[in-house]
Amino acid sequence: MNETAHIQVHVNGEVTEVPAGSTVADLVASRDLKPQQVAVELNRSIVPRAKHSDTTLGAGDRVEIVTMVGGG
Amino acid sequence: MTNEDQYTHDEVLKIGEFELRSRLLVGTGKYASFEETRTALEITGTDMVTVAIRRVNMDPSKGESLLDYIDRDRYHILPNTAGCFDVESAVRTARLARELLDTPLVKLEVLGDPKTLLPDPIGTLEATKTLVDEGFTVMVYCSDDPRMGVRLAELGAAAVMPAGSPIGSGQGVLNPNAIRIMMELVDVPVLVDAGVGTASDVALCMELGAEGVLLNTAIAGAREPLRMAAAMRDACRAGRNAYLAGRIPKKLYANASSPEEGLIEEAGPAPK
Repeated sequence: MNETAHIQVHVNGEVTEVPAGSTVADLVASRDLKPQQVAVELNRSIVPRAKHSDTTLGAGDRVEIVTMVGGG
Repeated sequence: MTNEDQYTHDEVLKIGEFELRSRLLVGTGKYASFEETRTALEITGTDMVTVAIRRVNMDPSKGESLLDYIDRDRYHILPNTAGCFDVESAVRTARLARELLDTPLVKLEVLGDPKTLLPDPIGTLEATKTLVDEGFTVMVYCSDDPRMGVRLAELGAAAVMPAGSPIGSGQGVLNPNAIRIMMELVDVPVLVDAGVGTASDVALCMELGAEGVLLNTAIAGAREPLRMAAAMRDACRAGRNAYLAGRIPKKLYANASSPEEGLIEEAGPAPK
């Protein structure tokens, strides 16, 4: 087997490398985030939590991962 | 013993499907700690708290989440779109909030510029329409222009929330008459959002007949936030009761509250 290929994606505005074939669930887990405490947008569309595991990231994808903070 | 409750009964405030007993809506920003946030919310007696939606901190060193400090069985969470200066960002933020919190509620803010944080009227109308069409319960931050309130209600806003004065300014309600007129013209709840500086501002809003008041900085920024939380709770109740009780009209001249008959002999020449 070759070394795992990586692709570049934008996560919260920062260029990040992830293994090719990574899913949204993999990305969330790799950041030690609890899925219930985040919401994810992929290329400006919501990825519902139930679909994190079967949504695969592609090169150049733009991902936003948000949570709730204090605010008025 | 007198049961005061029978004289101070109030209807619940209905916003879309949601029912609130407390008419004070409280933000969660700018507190010194999550612990202080939680205590302040408890003291205010609020039923609905606002939060913001932001990118997660990518540092793996991240600590606790505000989510751990807000009891969702106790409070309705009202996510805002604060910081959004265009329709698309506001709509996307609302969708993210719904995904995150599983709530149709959103406090819509489409702002004009970062210095004044005044609401952009055209963007606010556009985003309201989109979010209402998508099934959100939209509570809209807007200017105190009465006609703006009418247009938002026509589009299906669940509540309109005119600013008393600019966000975080503490200037209170600059144009009470505009807010009174808006309440007359609009058939959804009108809540004053933004500008509250101190307890009397809240009382004034409620005396005008506002269905509620939303505030944040006035508590979080006070020297003693937890004492101010109590002051705001009391002011909201006081103003609401005064509104329901019906104030006396203002008159130019005095009107004695003691009987004018039965007075003892007036002073005159001393009896011999």
